[in-house]
Amino acid sequence: MGVALTRAAQWTTAGFGTGTLELTPLNEAILNDIIKFVESFTAKYPQEAEFVFKEPLQWKTTLKPSEFESGYIVSGTTVQSEENSKDGQPLLLLSGTDIKVSSFGQLSRLLRLARDKKLKEAQACLEANRDPVVKILGAGYGTVEGEEDLSTIRFLDKMKKDDDHENNIKMNISLLLQQLDMHLLNSSLKHISLEIRLNPSAIKNDVDLLKRFSGEGEQTVLESIDYTSDFEFANGCRAPPWRQMHGEICYLIVKPHDCDSICLTCSTAGIFVNGGIDNEAEEIDYERHSEIYKDLVTFLREKSAKFSENMSKQQHSFFGDKKKGKKKSTSVTEKEEVCTLSKPSLALEKSPSEKRRTLKKLEPVLKWTCPVTQEKKNSAKESQDEKSTPSITEKPKSTSPPTLAGKPQSLSRCKSSVKIEDLVSESSSESEEDEEQPDHRQEGQTDLPSEYWQIQKLVKYLKGGNQTATVIALCSMRDFNLTLETCQLAIRDVGGLEVLINLLDTDEVKCKIGSLKILKEISHNSQIRRAIVDLGGLPIMVKILDSPDKNLKCLAAETIANVANFRRARRTVRQHGGIKKLVELLDYAQSKTDPMHHHCLYETKDVEVARCGALALWSCSKSHINKEAIRKAGGIPLLARLLKSSHQNMLIPVVGTLQECASEERYRAAIKAERIIENLVKNLSSENEVLQEHCAMAIYQCAEDKETRDLVRQHGGLKPLATLLNNTDNKERLAAVTGAIWKCAICKENVTKFREYKAIETLVGLLTDQPEEVLVNVVGALGECCQEHENRVIIRKCGGIQPLVNLLVGTNQALLVNVTKAVGACAAEPENMMIIDRLDGVRLLWSLLKNPHPDVKASAAWALCPCIENAKDAGEMVRSFVGGLELVVNLLKSENKEVLASVCAAITNIAKDQENLAVITDHGVVPLLSKLANTNNDKLRWHLAEAISRCCMWGRNRIAFGEHKAVAPLVRYLKSKDTNVHRATAQALYQLSEDANNCITMHENGAVRLLLDMVGSPDEVLQEAAAGCISNIRRLALATEKAKYS
Amino acid sequence: MYTANRKRLQKLTDCTSKASKHFNRYEIECLIKLFYTLLEETAEKQSSIGIDRNAFRNFLHTTFGMTDDMIMDRVFRAFDKDNDGFVNVTEWISGLCIFLRGNLEERTKYCFEVYDLNGDGFISREEMFHMLKNSLLKQPSEEDPDEGIKDLVDITLKKMDHDHDGKLSFADYETSVKEEALLLEAFGPCLPDTKSHLEFEAQVFKDPHDL
Repeated sequence: MGVALTRAAQWTTAGFGTGTLELTPLNEAILNDIIKFVESFTAKYPQEAEFVFKEPLQWKTTLKPSEFESGYIVSGTTVQSEENSKDGQPLLLLSGTDIKVSSFGQLSRLLRLARDKKLKEAQACLEANRDPVVKILGAGYGTVEGEEDLSTIRFLDKMKKDDDHENNIKMNISLLLQQLDMHLLNSSLKHISLEIRLNPSAIKNDVDLLKRFSGEGEQTVLESIDYTSDFEFANGCRAPPWRQMHGEICYLIVKPHDCDSICLTCSTAGIFVNGGIDNEAEEIDYERHSEIYKDLVTFLREKSAKFSENMSKQQHSFFGDKKKGKKKSTSVTEKEEVCTLSKPSLALEKSPSEKRRTLKKLEPVLKWTCPVTQEKKNSAKESQDEKSTPSITEKPKSTSPPTLAGKPQSLSRCKSSVKIEDLVSESSSESEEDEEQPDHRQEGQTDLPSEYWQIQKLVKYLKGGNQTATVIALCSMRDFNLTLETCQLAIRDVGGLEVLINLLDTDEVKCKIGSLKILKEISHNSQIRRAIVDLGGLPIMVKILDSPDKNLKCLAAETIANVANFRRARRTVRQHGGIKKLVELLDYAQSKTDPMHHHCLYETKDVEVARCGALALWSCSKSHINKEAIRKAGGIPLLARLLKSSHQNMLIPVVGTLQECASEERYRAAIKAERIIENLVKNLSSENEVLQEHCAMAIYQCAEDKETRDLVRQHGGLKPLATLLNNTDNKERLAAVTGAIWKCAICKENVTKFREYKAIETLVGLLTDQPEEVLVNVVGALGECCQEHENRVIIRKCGGIQPLVNLLVGTNQALLVNVTKAVGACAAEPENMMIIDRLDGVRLLWSLLKNPHPDVKASAAWALCPCIENAKDAGEMVRSFVGGLELVVNLLKSENKEVLASVCAAITNIAKDQENLAVITDHGVVPLLSKLANTNNDKLRWHLAEAISRCCMWGRNRIAFGEHKAVAPLVRYLKSKDTNVHRATAQALYQLSEDANNCITMHENGAVRLLLDMVGSPDEVLQEAAAGCISNIRRLALATEKAKYS
Repeated sequence: MYTANRKRLQKLTDCTSKASKHFNRYEIECLIKLFYTLLEETAEKQSSIGIDRNAFRNFLHTTFGMTDDMIMDRVFRAFDKDNDGFVNVTEWISGLCIFLRGNLEERTKYCFEVYDLNGDGFISREEMFHMLKNSLLKQPSEEDPDEGIKDLVDITLKKMDHDHDGKLSFADYETSVKEEALLLEAFGPCLPDTKSHLEFEAQVFKDPHDL
């Protein structure tokens, strides 16, 4: 029962010290269960009832000595049981109000004596003994929260050792108590699940509604109802945060007609009266003073007769409203549970159907913001306004005639609201191609196209026709140009989507086929896609994937492929098991034709099934949880197998899916394992441009690791890539190809090959007049190629430096990162540096240090290093940038480790010039560097130590570093595993050791021992620095000794 | 008696199997057996040469779930090639051959035959009206309940009447079906649906050894 008591029972939230059990229904139920258990204990387990507790349970009782009957020795205020333990102690002892009980037998007798005070006694007992099990059985049996309860096992061990009778009984009791515990937990769970937990929006709704019916006069339900606080937190609560912890939402002051005003607490558990507002302290007494009611209305009905009276008068209108309100609030509730902190209005923004509903109910003010142009927004507004007055557009929807018995009209609109919940739950890392735009409905009846009316008529026949009529109507509908938005929206606006989706749920294969053929077409429209998802179309389509009819499978998969173009849809597909089914479709191309179907009327090829499956997976694979789901469903081997096929329109979705998925680490591993690269390379040489594009894209994604890059080369993929560079008309393909080249060029051997294929020259040619997507990759590739001297020369000779420097003025962040890298790499060549300097490239790089994005900043700072290193008159050049040095020093305040490391590296180079070092010292570089010293990042440590070592060269900087406590952390760097860090640190320490105080600090921090190890390093620079440092320390020690003795 | 039956069956199978390309010998044997079972069950007069209209309609209804009397009559007509009011064993096999296994071309021909109520080689507006008249749910709000049907006929004609002569010729029908296979049964179900079709074949052609 320990667990039940600690977890389930509700201890008073307010107040300190020993908690008291609140009298909530839940606690009452627990207590009653415990009482029943104890009372029947003697009868059920007579032996165990005699067991004497390790320690007596002790509490303050309300029982009077006079209430004890036979079996007890009463004398004055003390009562003693006749029963005694072995050592002569009475099993029950009452003195004054203190009572001690030490057996179940006595406990149950006591409870019987207590009669109607049972509950109180049990409560008092448990309050005084928070963990009764410990007292009964001993400390080994305490309630272990969170861990496994080993007491039983321990017991068994003990039992094995000695066959003690008492232990036997103890064991029994322990088991019994555990059973009780389980029982209590189970029943309290039932209890809890029955409770409706309130939430901010529900309360807000209630209050808003009640407010409307409040005021002066006889007819209103209340005189007034108000919040105590006007401030509303982002989660909708008005209670102060420390009270929100207790589940309290807000406080209300309610003035009913027939009694004084009441101060209420609205908490997630329900509504109750609190202690009211203390006017002087302006504080609310948060303690509970009444029962908990499940909601505001129930509470007020109870409290105020007038309220219930007037409520019943207004019943109709009130609840008419309330119901609508409820609908809204439940949808919010679902979302709320997932993320209480997000704005309650979010749910309304997301689901269009929801949006519409609330619009009609509330007022015509539209508050949501949308990412569309003003013009579009206006038109949307207009059409929405129109809808609030019943318009023709809306009519067919509301008056849907009864349909044929065969078609289930099971589609409920509330389905859409369920999805809002998981909308928030999913990670937002995925790209959203389909910006969820506000609806724009077709306007006024005057300018409706004639198609609209014809489609409306057809939908009428769809609704009210049997199979035959439905098929005719479906076929006829397909004669409209369904690629036109007018027709697509017309179908939706006359309620056609509902019917089409309903048809999917019937048994009529022909109707399903016809309906899917239309849905497939119109789902190219993003608004239709959303509507299909809102209407719950996806689960049905996923179900159709199971159908034996291949044609149906294909159509369903293709439609899913279209619809699953936005996140919510993709998630819905996954949640209904669609991914697995789609992956199964991929298997079709291989499986033998089922003999039963060879005569099937609407025959489709198996390959087609697999193609459609791949198409749908392609769409779905844009979400990253889906990628994982595809992998788990065994999709990769199947995709690998399909990749060997020769059907081009099959290959495209297959490669597309792979390319999409290859962003995941695990996929890349699997792709390697399944030897997919080989086939990707093969298809690079295909005729189809789209296929080439996707293959290149897939290589781009996969070539993240060395092995894959090598594989591309080994399978001869570099040549086709280089060849494809020459065709620049298809920009998408060019972007993919250059991307693949970029990633492959990270590998040195590949770069050599590219040079052989003259790809570098071509890449330089692509530096101008290309879209940014291409440029990013081209520059990235050049950046990689520039790591080699030969290539740097080639780039200069082809005139590549000018366009590169020109790109430094761009705004695209990814591009800037790559350009700075490439320029930096080029600058390694003094001749290149001259050109860069002439083109004012260093100034451009420097100004990129002001770029808001840390990646750009870091990259620019890295690029500056070789520039400063290789420029003639670097010191002069750096000084010529007004405010440049201050800017660099201030970047040391950045949070980003990469930025810090790069800036340290730049400072190292800047500080090579004495004058500049003086300037940055004035800008306070020493304290800033010192502040960074406590880091674990090896890259930062390395460059930081170098910067410190450089900066020591000026004035009293050495001493200043010591004063700013940079020395001790530096010593610790020597324990790092990175030799670069060792070298730089030893050098820095060497420089710092010129100052006596620093030597002391070093010595105190155990530097000598670490440095001694370094002296044995094969790295000469490190050796020398370490030795120098030790010698400085040693010299100081000798000097002090000398001073002592002289 | 048994051997005589056996022999007769052999002979029948032999001659019909030449005529029907979609069934194998075993399947034909099964179908012939079924034919005689149906004949015994339903016809009082053993002497009759085949299944009569009522028995056939009953068969279509129970086995393939067809409900439309008119269509069922027309299916009977399509089976009963010699127009003698009975489906004899040859007609039974060749009819089922198309009914169950026919390719698109055969089925198009068959369906057209079924829908061409008066057999004049055209599906006229009136015939369409006749076949579609029960296809729409009557709506109380409508003044003329037939208006919807007429409209539906218009829609169908617009969709299928390629030569614009106001009636469907076989050529019209064939072109439409080729364009959109769903239109094969444009005027009511006259072919078995997949489910009952599979059930029927599974039941009739089940291997006796499996039992």
